[in-house]
Amino acid sequence: MTYHSTVARFAGALIASLTISFATPSLAATKIQHLISPGGIEAWFVQDATVPLIAMEYAFGGGAAQDPADKPGVANMVASLIDEGSGDLDSKTFHERLDRRAIELSFSATRDYFRGSLRMLKDNKDEAFDLLHMALTSPHFDPTDVERIRSQIISGLHRDTTNPNALAGRKFLEIAYGDHPYGRQASGTLESVPTITVADMKDYVRRVIAKDTLKIAVVGDVDPATLGKLLDQTFGGLPAKASLTPVPDIVAAKPPQRAFVPLDVPQTVISFGGPGIMRHDPNFMAAYVVNHIIGGGGLSSRLYHEVREKRGLAYSVYQTLLWMDHSALFIGNTGTRADRAGETLDAVEKEIRRMAEEGPTQQELDEAKSYLKGSQMLQLDTSSKLASGLLQYQLDRLPIDYLEKRNAIVDAVTLADAKAIAKRLWGQGLLTVIVGRAPQAAAEPAAATPPTKAD
Amino acid sequence: MPPHRFAAALVVALVLSTTSAFAQSTVTSEPPATFTLPNGLQVVVIEDHRTPVVTQMVWYKVGSADETPGKSGLAHFLEHLMFKGTAKHPVGEFSQTVLKIGGNENAFTSTDYTGYFQRVPREQLPKMMEFEADRMTGLILKDENVLPERDVVLEEYNMRVANNPEARLSEQIMAALYLNHPYGRPVIGWHHEIEILDREDALVFYRRFYAPNNAVLVIAGDVDAKEIRPLVEETFGKVASQPSIPVRRIRPQEPEPVAPRTVTLADPHVEQPTVKRYYLTPSAATAAPGESAALDVLAQLMGNGSNSYLYRALVVDRPLAVAAGAAYQGTSLDPTQFSISVAPRPGVEFSTVEQVVDSVIADITQNPVRAEDLERVKTQLIAEAIYAQDNQAVMARWYGGGLTTGLSVEDIRSWPDRIRAVTADQVRAAAQKWLDKKRSVTGYLIKDTAPKREEKRS
Repeated sequence: MTYHSTVARFAGALIASLTISFATPSLAATKIQHLISPGGIEAWFVQDATVPLIAMEYAFGGGAAQDPADKPGVANMVASLIDEGSGDLDSKTFHERLDRRAIELSFSATRDYFRGSLRMLKDNKDEAFDLLHMALTSPHFDPTDVERIRSQIISGLHRDTTNPNALAGRKFLEIAYGDHPYGRQASGTLESVPTITVADMKDYVRRVIAKDTLKIAVVGDVDPATLGKLLDQTFGGLPAKASLTPVPDIVAAKPPQRAFVPLDVPQTVISFGGPGIMRHDPNFMAAYVVNHIIGGGGLSSRLYHEVREKRGLAYSVYQTLLWMDHSALFIGNTGTRADRAGETLDAVEKEIRRMAEEGPTQQELDEAKSYLKGSQMLQLDTSSKLASGLLQYQLDRLPIDYLEKRNAIVDAVTLADAKAIAKRLWGQGLLTVIVGRAPQAAAEPAAATPPTKAD
Repeated sequence: MPPHRFAAALVVALVLSTTSAFAQSTVTSEPPATFTLPNGLQVVVIEDHRTPVVTQMVWYKVGSADETPGKSGLAHFLEHLMFKGTAKHPVGEFSQTVLKIGGNENAFTSTDYTGYFQRVPREQLPKMMEFEADRMTGLILKDENVLPERDVVLEEYNMRVANNPEARLSEQIMAALYLNHPYGRPVIGWHHEIEILDREDALVFYRRFYAPNNAVLVIAGDVDAKEIRPLVEETFGKVASQPSIPVRRIRPQEPEPVAPRTVTLADPHVEQPTVKRYYLTPSAATAAPGESAALDVLAQLMGNGSNSYLYRALVVDRPLAVAAGAAYQGTSLDPTQFSISVAPRPGVEFSTVEQVVDSVIADITQNPVRAEDLERVKTQLIAEAIYAQDNQAVMARWYGGGLTTGLSVEDIRSWPDRIRAVTADQVRAAAQKWLDKKRSVTGYLIKDTAPKREEKRS
């Protein structure tokens, strides 16, 4: 299946730190409950019986940024192993219990959070929450399971060594963050993953899986009293307090800087970006609107027009804002024929410079605001998407009525705000990583390549 | 190729009847409303009132397998060009309108169908219908739009295929599997043929295949089925049908396979070797009754998740592989594929993992499947039908995909019933009959360690 437009897929390295922006459905907004269980576990909750299922998304503070400095990849490995046997169940039995009732249970480690996701048919809720409770409180980390999962992670890391997008993402973070935890690989490295021990993983679980940083969102066919009990049974027995290593705030490296990673592939991958804007910054929404105009989703951004539509340089070109707990970025990505990489980068740089110098037009601003308001509902139209959205709002420390307020916040962005933030964020040039054939070779026309064989 | 998840899950229904495993989870949603306009357009309406949004999808019964030889990639190229405007709505107007109202849109091409969709606030549906009906026959193409778009498609090729050795292996396997049927051609096309597609090719293809009697309109979301018909009549209803389009698509069919084949793709960038085996099997549309559902169950049993037989045998019980899986792609007008994929651990030979794969298959063909395993995988497959109802776009895809590959609304609705009815004996019979090496191509992805030859650039 080949999609027409850009599929927003960035290097694995960065996906972990992505936060997705949402907007708001009027329906969901009116129904969000702030549930507090008898045992004091809090959750944002939407009760909906349309489909007989329950979706829960939750997060503990402290993701891959809590990895020991010399051992990136611990959090990721815990996320891959925490559902491989616990309590009196070995890995095989645990997975049989899940599958027998079609319970979907998964974990992941982002830069700042250890996240989990649970989806079940409503009749299987007791079993589902029970299995989650076991995974969180008594994971086994049996040696054979550890080695099995380790081999899978290492295989993925080997693949990444020749994947241009993975290489670009990795290099970009190195340049942006250097030795800061955000500069490390969330999935670990070929050097670190073989050295991670069960003790490292147990230590991570001990430090991170605790009640004080836990945020929960639930959507589905369950009543609040029943859900409260399930939350208590699942999370109530966790330690009260996490013991996290403080992560310093950091501003990404100052642009312009450029790095080249040689890889002999037909399509050169270009990542570009720079310091972004924190979620709590009063100008966040203005930046969000301007980013949408430069390179946001859909088939009409400035980069889409200039790079793809007008010049046919790329299939995929986009730019997005990333915000983390201790830093923020804007980051874009595109891929083009090796011999047109220079032209593509010029086109990207020119558009970004133009935005910094002139800002958007009033019409662009109006249309972007209109998009951001209208698109809210589409982002939250399934139980899982709504639960993810409600969790993200909590992680972003937004109020529970944010969905109702968001349109007014979008509307309040003026042309002057947009111009000011465009200059501030996009006026410094770019951090750029190019992965592909050496520029000089790629830039040469065909005739300059030494002929090898006659036809 | 469609992603396996969609492929395997393919046609799943809205309504479940009650039986043991799901007695308490019976879903009482209404079946989708369907009707056909006098001009031949089939319409399906799936109501979901939780959020005030709606998904419009138009599916044309034309895909890469309907291209003229020598014009590979044309169905997909036209899909891109469908965004280049009409006499009424110049290039960009449709997309900008979608964006302004906060919607999103996209399109996709497969071997059998080409689809276009918008997801928008519900009150915008009439406008979307007007735009989509207009471009059913009103497309205007100019070289200034067509030629840069061809470069875009070539970059899409670079991204998906040229930069991706695994995708190139799959292309080679498909080409070897289909000796006569056009499924052997990649959906995106062969590079040398994409390069020379032009405006005239696209327009000829467009006029030949884009018409209401060759399309299915799926509307899913916060709408009242009764109110849809007048809207459709006012828009799509005014587009003339094209009687020259045959009701059934007749393509060259495969001879009975007689020889196992192998292909090997070597690339310097391969860091994880992989072996894939594709068997030629019937699709949901071509299979005998019960057979396609048995293949769905077989794929789930053999290769989906950590309880699957292949994963157990190759990854858990013995440390031979890092990954192992199987998939069956049932949504297909003509005979399709059952695929197996294994990524061996470093130092493990392909022959070793293949022996294990063969012994897993032999075991299934000789011994009845354990009742609890059968029950577990059927429960999982049937649950997909409920999970799907949580997502209007997924429901629209199931119906659109099924209806453009030879299935009826009733076939799609009753899929969970057919899964439930699959017996251990049917699974064994399906494995015996279809997982026959003569029907297969085995592909090996290996690292090319030969010194690099200078590449010829043109």
